[in-house]
Formats: sequence, structure tokens, C-alpha cells
Amino acid sequence: MAMKIGNEKFKDNVNKQMEDTFMRGAVAGAQERLRTRRLDAAEELGNWEEWRSHGEEIRQHTLDNLDYYLQELSENLQKRGGHVFFAATAEEANDYVKGIVKEKRAKKILKAKSMVTEEIGLNDVLQQEGCDVIETDLGEYILQLDEHDPPSHIVTPALHKNKEQIKDVFTEKLEYKLTSKPEELALHAREKLREEFLQADIGITGCNFAIAESGSVGLVTNEGNAGMVSDLPDTQICVMGMERIVPTFEEFEVLVGLLTRSAVGQKLTSYITALTGPRTAEEVDGPSEFHLVIVDNGRSGILGTEFQSVLQCIRCAACINVCPVYRHIGGHSYNSIYPGPIGAVLTPLLGGYDDFKELPYASTLCGACTDACPVKIPLHTLLHQHRQVIVEREGRAPISEKLAMKAFGLGASSNQLYAAGSKMANSVMKPFTKDETISKGPGPLKAWTEIRDFPAPNKERFRDWFKQHDKERDDA
Amino acid sequence: MIQNREKFLTNVASRLSRTTVQTEKPVRNWKFRPQDKTLINKTPDELVSILRDQCRLIHTDLIETTAQDLQNVLEETVASYGDGPLAIWKDPRYGEFGLQEQIEKWPTQGIAVHEWDPSLGYDNVAITEKANIGITFSDITLAESGTVVLFSGEGKGRSVSLLPHKYIALIPKSTIVPRMTQAAQQISKQVQEGKAIASCINFITGPSNSADIEMNLVVGVHGPVKAAYIVIEDR
Repeated sequence: MAMKIGNEKFKDNVNKQMEDTFMRGAVAGAQERLRTRRLDAAEELGNWEEWRSHGEEIRQHTLDNLDYYLQELSENLQKRGGHVFFAATAEEANDYVKGIVKEKRAKKILKAKSMVTEEIGLNDVLQQEGCDVIETDLGEYILQLDEHDPPSHIVTPALHKNKEQIKDVFTEKLEYKLTSKPEELALHAREKLREEFLQADIGITGCNFAIAESGSVGLVTNEGNAGMVSDLPDTQICVMGMERIVPTFEEFEVLVGLLTRSAVGQKLTSYITALTGPRTAEEVDGPSEFHLVIVDNGRSGILGTEFQSVLQCIRCAACINVCPVYRHIGGHSYNSIYPGPIGAVLTPLLGGYDDFKELPYASTLCGACTDACPVKIPLHTLLHQHRQVIVEREGRAPISEKLAMKAFGLGASSNQLYAAGSKMANSVMKPFTKDETISKGPGPLKAWTEIRDFPAPNKERFRDWFKQHDKERDDA
Repeated sequence: MIQNREKFLTNVASRLSRTTVQTEKPVRNWKFRPQDKTLINKTPDELVSILRDQCRLIHTDLIETTAQDLQNVLEETVASYGDGPLAIWKDPRYGEFGLQEQIEKWPTQGIAVHEWDPSLGYDNVAITEKANIGITFSDITLAESGTVVLFSGEGKGRSVSLLPHKYIALIPKSTIVPRMTQAAQQISKQVQEGKAIASCINFITGPSNSADIEMNLVVGVHGPVKAAYIVIEDR
């Protein structure tokens, strides 16, 4: 799977997803819980706005000096015996990992959840090499067992599945015989995966934040799977998006606290691990070989543009958890591993407008995402910016918008036409009107009225009302 | 080995309107420092109280004891978690806190104890994986989040806190700091002084858990399914 998760059109995806009532209920419930937890955690910490501002300035500073910090990171990791590979493209990153796999003759590869490896499609590449690639995050494991169902949320990837569906997957693939109780399902996964952990040749993780001053890689999980993946196999590979870096442990602490509170409302998650190179000569567990792959894959093209602030993202999903559009259409509609407001900004930048030009329009521009973002990315402004670029620079506004604008331009430019149009509106819409509302609108109104009613045009036009009102006043 | 760096970073630099990769350390001039006023001026007892409250939220048993009673308390806690086999670090602190006698007593009661032994190599992992309880000291303890910070090292295998079914952390009261801020400052100071930091620094907050199935919290996924902290009055 690469960043793009299907070939369907955005609209068809939305129509399909809107019919999935379990998914829509699950998403609404999860949004509610995660949003509440985040707000509680923020209130308990106190000075939340100040923490956000500090998070923002750390991210901005790091991006503005990214060349320096990546240089420092690689030097320090090399001093500790680690290998660093800078990959300009997904292919370069995948080829490097493939090279290690061949050299080690690795058969079994364990992974901890990582969005960037999904983005570059690493699993497919390794499977083509004949490797057994096993995802160890419980949510990702479930999706992988279910014929590689794509993730629908960047923190809880299997959010769209209910426990009965998960039980069915386990029964079919893992000879599972118990009930759909989450505890029993999780215990079964623990036992199955424990066997895998002990046999793995290579462990692959992502990187929440690399720490430049020490050459470390920081990992944040609740399940302890990243610990397993980095403790047991003899070779470890971390893959990081090039912007996921902080200057020192002090900034690491600030951003981890913002991440865990914003993502799941916890002060810290159960496992936060800072890894610095391979195990030392005195140690016996941990990898003997440590590789860090730093991935560009389109990110540098965002630096120095009006979209640079999107690279501040720490992948907490707070924006996703408050988005009214995500709530209705779910994660799969976005056709990208990055859904929600952050996905609608980031995906077209990394994947291009050809495939993803609808995404910046999948927003009401309500600004809830911007308010929720712990590092103050102006998400809804960036969505608006995308629309401007699509219309002005790319000259490809959606056809309905082009037609509507053309019609409005024509109608509004001529007094007679405007008067005739507004006079006609009520009678034209009459066949669709019942009790002053339109429930099944024609043409461009259809998409709106499928979700909610549209008020019928007023029988009395404002112009007529004003004329009458003016006359009455003069008469008085 | 570092590969492909020059071309990669030159491109990054040019995107940031620089002709070459900058080599001078950027000045970090923060306008905001909320961490300087969060949970400061707390007495050690207040910190224990914050830790106690937090442990309720993270499904972790908190037991407070004196150095004198530690041996009994640990024996009881181990018994309540279903006894051995046990896995422990090779760490002088067990002796300093008077636990050597207990470590020798357990095997006579049929409770196996594996003390991390670098000379056994990777067998340590296989033995630890079969252990019922892993027991380690905490190097730094964070009151706010209920976190024990463990530095890996020669006798201090990463596996001991991760692979056994349950986990007990021994927390000398002097290791308790307000929050992750102070731990980060300590580690950063080590780096600045040119000292090598541990290859693996683990911040562990209670037992492992997941909410990946219908947002239901399940305690105990890949790491330990139960955890206890024993806070030791050591002054």
C-alpha cells in the first residue's frame, strides 16, 4: 500500500462510506471520546495556549534550520555506530531497506506502526522479496490479517471495524475460538505475536521525533510493540520523515507531552523509548546493527512555500478528531493514508493535485482543526490556500464551481437577467418544495439535500419587499 | 556510515534559501517556557502524593514502604503477583537496599530468580521471556505521569521490564522528579558534557495497553499485563 489507498473517485468513496452505518457511529463516538480526553488533559496541564505556542515555535525553528539539525543528527548517530541513509525518494528508501534484507537473508520482519513506511509502500516491496512482514500494533495487525484493509485513522487505524468483524477475521486467519470480547481478542494477538517477536530477523519502526543533539530516535506507543521490535531482532531499521526531528531532549519532552495529550489524552503513553544507535559492547539485548533512513519523498518541495507550516505536524490526529467532514465520510473516503484536515492539506502536496484535488474541498473551513492543533498549524487557512492554488495557478476548479461562478457572473452582470432570475427562483424550485423546504434538490443542490434540507427561495423577493416597504414609509 | 547526505541536505538548504548547508549552531531563543512554571516547588512528599494519584489512572499498584520494610513488602508483592520465575537486573542497588538476602531466599522456596548475566549472552532474553515477573529499579521517576525511566546498560537488560508477564519497579524516593522536563534536562546535560547516554532510555508508564478494538481500553498487550511501583523512603 502506498499513500493512495484506492482508485475510486472521491465522490464514489464518499457515497459508499456514507452507507456504512457502523463506521459512521464508530467514528462519531471515537471523535467524541478523543476530543473530550484531549480537552481534559489540556485543562489539567494548564497554560495550554502557552504550551501550544511553545510547540509551534519549536517546530518552526526546527524546520527553518532543518539542514543543520539533520546534519547534526547523522553525525551523532554515526559516532554511536549507527548507519544513516538519506533517501530523496520512496524508491531510494525501499531499495536501501531491500539491500539490508538481502544482505541479512532475512525472512521474518517485524514492524511497529509507522505512517511513513505506509507512505513509501515498504511492506509491498519486502513481500515481493519473499519476506514475511508482520505489523505488531494491534490495530495494524488486524488490518493486515484482513487482507490489508487500509487504515482509516492515523492513531487508531482499525477504527472503522467492529469487534464482531475483528472476531471473524481472527477466527478465519488465526484459528481463534473465543468470543468478541476485546480482552480475549487482544490476549490472543499477544500470544500469536509473541512467537513472531522471538523469531524475527529484522525490526522496522518509524520515528516520532529524532533528537539531533544525541543522534537518538524517539518512539511513542502504548502497547509496548515498538520496544519489542527494537529489543529483540538483531538488526533494526528506523524510517523517518525528514521533518520529524527536534534539537535536544528538552524540546523532545515538550512535543511528546503535546502529542500524547492531543492524541489520546494521556500525560504520557505507556512506552516512550529513546534509542541511540546499536547496543553497546557490554549489552546483550537490543540490535547489533542500527540503520536510520531519512526520507524526503516530496517534503523538501513543501519547504520554503506557503505550505511549509504543514511540516510542523506531529501526527496526533487532534484535527481529525474534531473534523465534522471526517465525522460524516470516515477515513477511507480521503483515499489516502493521511485522512482528515491534515490529510486534505498534506496528501495533495505529496501526491499531487491530479489524484487529490477534491480533498481541499472536503472541508467546511470551520477552523475546528486549527483550534485543535497542538503546534498551531493554520490548517483551514492552508485548505483555503490549496483552493486558491487550484483555481488560480492550476486553473482547475471543480466543474460545478466553474459553472456556478460563470452563471453567477453572467446573471449578476446584467440587471435584467438578475431580476428575471431572482423572480423565477421561487416558481422554478416549486416542484421540489414542500413545507417551505427542499428535500430532494435537482442538479448541484442534490449533494446538499442528500444530507439535509435546503430552505426554499422566499416567495417574496427582497427587492419587492424593499420597494413595498419604501412605498409604505413614504405614504406614512 | 552516512550515505547520500550532501546532495540531500544541499537541496534542503536551497529550499530554505541558503546556498550551503549551515554549519553554525542555530540559537534557540524561545518566547514561551511553560515547563518552567509547571509543578515546580513541590516537596518530596507532595511529589509522592502526585505520583499516588496518577497511579490510579494508569492501572498501576502503588505501595509505599521504608528501606527497612522493603524486603517484606517485595516478598508480599511478588507473592500476590503469583511468584516466580523472576527476572532481575544485575544492579548494586538491590544490595544497597538490603534485598540480597531475599534474592538468595527465593530459590530455596522454589522460586527461580534470573539475575541478568552478560556472560550468558542472548540466553538472558530467552530466560527473561519465560519469567512471570520482571523487577528493576527506576533511574528517574516522573510524578506527574507516573513514569519510571530506565537506562539500559551492562547488567540492565531492556528485556527485564518488557518481556515478563508482570512488572515491579523499585522507586527510591530520591529518584522522583516533578515531570519529564527534569528527566530531559538531566539527559541533555549528560549529552552536553560529552558523556555517552544509554543506548536505550525507556520511559515506562504502567502496564501496556491498547484501545484499538472499538476504543475499549485493554490493559496488557505486548508488554506486561500488570505493574506495581514500590516507593522506598530512602532518607
